[in-house]
Formats: sequence, C-alpha cells, structure tokens
Amino acid sequence: MEKCKERLYNGLIKENPTFVLMLGMCPTLAVTTSAVNGAGMGLTTTVVLVMSNMLISMLRKIIPDSVRMPAFIVVVASFVTIVQFLLEGFVPALYDSLGLYIPLIVVNCIILGRAESYASKNPVLPSVFDGIGMGLGFTVGLTAIGIVREVIGAGEVFGMRVMPSSYEPVTIFILAPGAFLVLAGLVAIQNKVRAVLAKKGRNMPKTGCGEGCASCGNSACNGKIFAVENEEQKGREEQK
Amino acid sequence: MKELIIIAIGSALVNNVVLSQFLGICPFLGVSKKVETAAGMGGAVIFVITIASFVTGVIYRFLLAPLHFEYLQTIVFILVIAALVQFVEMFLKKVMPPLYNALGVYLPLITTNCAVLGVALTNVQKEYNLLKSVVNGIATAVGFTIAIVILAGIREKTEYNDIPESFKGTPIVLISAALMAIAFFGFSGLI
Repeated sequence: MEKCKERLYNGLIKENPTFVLMLGMCPTLAVTTSAVNGAGMGLTTTVVLVMSNMLISMLRKIIPDSVRMPAFIVVVASFVTIVQFLLEGFVPALYDSLGLYIPLIVVNCIILGRAESYASKNPVLPSVFDGIGMGLGFTVGLTAIGIVREVIGAGEVFGMRVMPSSYEPVTIFILAPGAFLVLAGLVAIQNKVRAVLAKKGRNMPKTGCGEGCASCGNSACNGKIFAVENEEQKGREEQK
Repeated sequence: MKELIIIAIGSALVNNVVLSQFLGICPFLGVSKKVETAAGMGGAVIFVITIASFVTGVIYRFLLAPLHFEYLQTIVFILVIAALVQFVEMFLKKVMPPLYNALGVYLPLITTNCAVLGVALTNVQKEYNLLKSVVNGIATAVGFTIAIVILAGIREKTEYNDIPESFKGTPIVLISAALMAIAFFGFSGLI
C-alpha cells in the first residue's frame, strides 16, 4: 500500500508529466482552449493509461522482449479505440470538441513511456496506481493550462463567468498562439521557482525532457518497434 | 486541379500542422537548434509523410473499407507507420547511402511524431481520395518544414540576445513559436 501511495505522489507532483517531464506536448497545447476540454482530455488519457498499464503489467511475463514495442502499441491503440467509441456514444459534445486528438492519444509519449519504463517491470497493483498518478498529474496540468487560457481568453472558468463584465476578453489566448504563450509563462515560472529553491540549497529533480522528446532517452519515444534494429543501433553507436 | 491547390495551400500555410494544429510539437521544439538539422528533419518528415499517406490511403480504401473494418484504423495505421519508418530506414541504408546519411538520424524520431498519424487520420476523416491524400500529406509536411526552419533561424539569432534568466531555454522558444503562430494567422485570408 505504501508503494501505491508513493506512485500517486510521484505522478501528481514529483514527476508531473506536464510540468516536470514535459511529455505529451501535442494534446497539452491543442485541447486546452477551455478548462472542460483540458480536464476531458486528461481524464480520457488517464483511463487509457490505467487500462494499458494494467494489461501490460499482467502480460509482462508473456510478451517476448523482442516484440514488446509492437505489442504495447497494439494494446494502447485498442484501448484508445474502445475509449473513442465510448466517448462518441455517451459524451458526444466532448467527442466533437476533442476530435482528432482522441485517436492521437496512441502516440502520446506518456502512455508508451510508462508501459516501457514501469508497467512492463512491475506487478499489477503498483502499475495501476502508477497509471492513476501519472494520468491525474496530466489531468491537473491540462486543467491548469485550460483554466488560465479560459480566464484570460473568455473571462470564464468551466463556462461560468468569473471576470467582471467590464473585462474585455483577450481572444488570442483561446486561439493557437495563446497556447504557446501560456505554456511559456508556466515554464518560466517553474524555472524561477527552481532557481530560488536551488539558491536555498534544496535539491531539485532534473527535468526529464526539457528539450522535447527528441533528446529524451526514452526508447518508447524514439519509435523503434523491432528489437533487431535496436541492437544494430547500439552496435552503430558503440562503433562511433 | 483547383481543388488540389486549395488543399495544398490550406494544409501548408492556413492550417499549419505545427502552429495551428499542434501536431509534431516534440521535434518542433527538440530539433530546431540549428537551421541545418531543422532542414534535415523537415526533409525526413516530407519523405515519410508522403509515403505514409499513400500507404495508409491504399490500406484504408482497399483493405479496411471493403471489409468494414474501419474501426481498426487507429491500430492499423500506427503499426503500419511504425513499421514503414523502419523499412524506409533499412531501404535507404542499402540503396541510397547519401540520402540515408542526410536523413537517417531523424527517421526513428518520426514514428511518434503525431503529425504522421494525424495526416493519415485527417485523410480518412475528410474522405480524400488517394491523390488528394498524397497532396495533403506533402503539403502538411512542407508546412512543418517551413515552420521548423523559420523557428531554427530565430533560435540561432536569439542565442546571442539578453534574455531574462527564467525565460532562457524552452520558454523563449515557445514565445517565438507564439509570435510565428500570430504571423501565420495572416494566411487565413488566402482561401
């Protein structure tokens, strides 16, 4: 049970996928036009993450190492398809506003990354809690960005008016450039906090993917699906 | 013909894949430090998206649609794209080593580039035929290349600027991207 709590804390705060690891940037920027959309996307991703972590953890002794990437992708894509149909059937409004970004959950680095680095090596229960923690961390991140954009861009939170009626909404914040601006602001604040804490001598965890997925060593993110090729790559790197 | 040109301009400039649809943000932020590498990444993306939109188009029209397996599209497309990238890499290595040397490093990074899957799914969603799918694919990839090369140019310049400490690194890149996105709004009058 201790381990499960630790997993939740890890996902929500210590390795928060949005603010600390900077993973899954595409949905983070695209669907956070309002708090509702952000929360909906986050929860959808959480469901997929928990289910895929559970199944992959159950199958971890059965899936041969050489075909693990294609196997993980099939598991994740199946759950995404199921969730897509459920959303279309029961929450059509959310389905319409998230649109193309629902099937694109498949290529979200967070899900394959957790499958590869946690669920394929750990028992079922901690893996489920790892999924819940990471998923909720992602949801919190998306909702926070969504709230900021909605307040500045429309003067509302979750569709309710919070700004005085004299407030003129800055529409650009719910359009594309606003996403980049809000994220830039949030990362800058985070950098500032880090700098202040580092001065006080507090040990800060290192950012995992500050430079984007390309530089993060996560093998799930660099897309080699057949292991043979992976070993060849290692050989090539060793030669260098 | 006119329709094809409209699709091309629409995907490359008006609905730019990075700046208005937010697909492929990871390489956009990650591989945009130098103009040369950005152009290399852009070349690799054009190459892969063109092939991928053709192959996924063929699979959808001649395999999934006749068998009424449309609901399998996400699973099939992602596997096809992932496998395709690896085969393209092996093929280039054997047949065209110069091209492989230029693009090889970037190819593996493309599988999880959501732009590739995004284009394949958009083609299905908008019911494009094969020719339109390929044109849409090429135009989207060209749009990606334009955006990433411009961003790399800006980043090369901002490196020497006096930026506030907290904004160094990712934040200033995101702000540059926001300004580019505003500039790209200007294209919306084209169609």
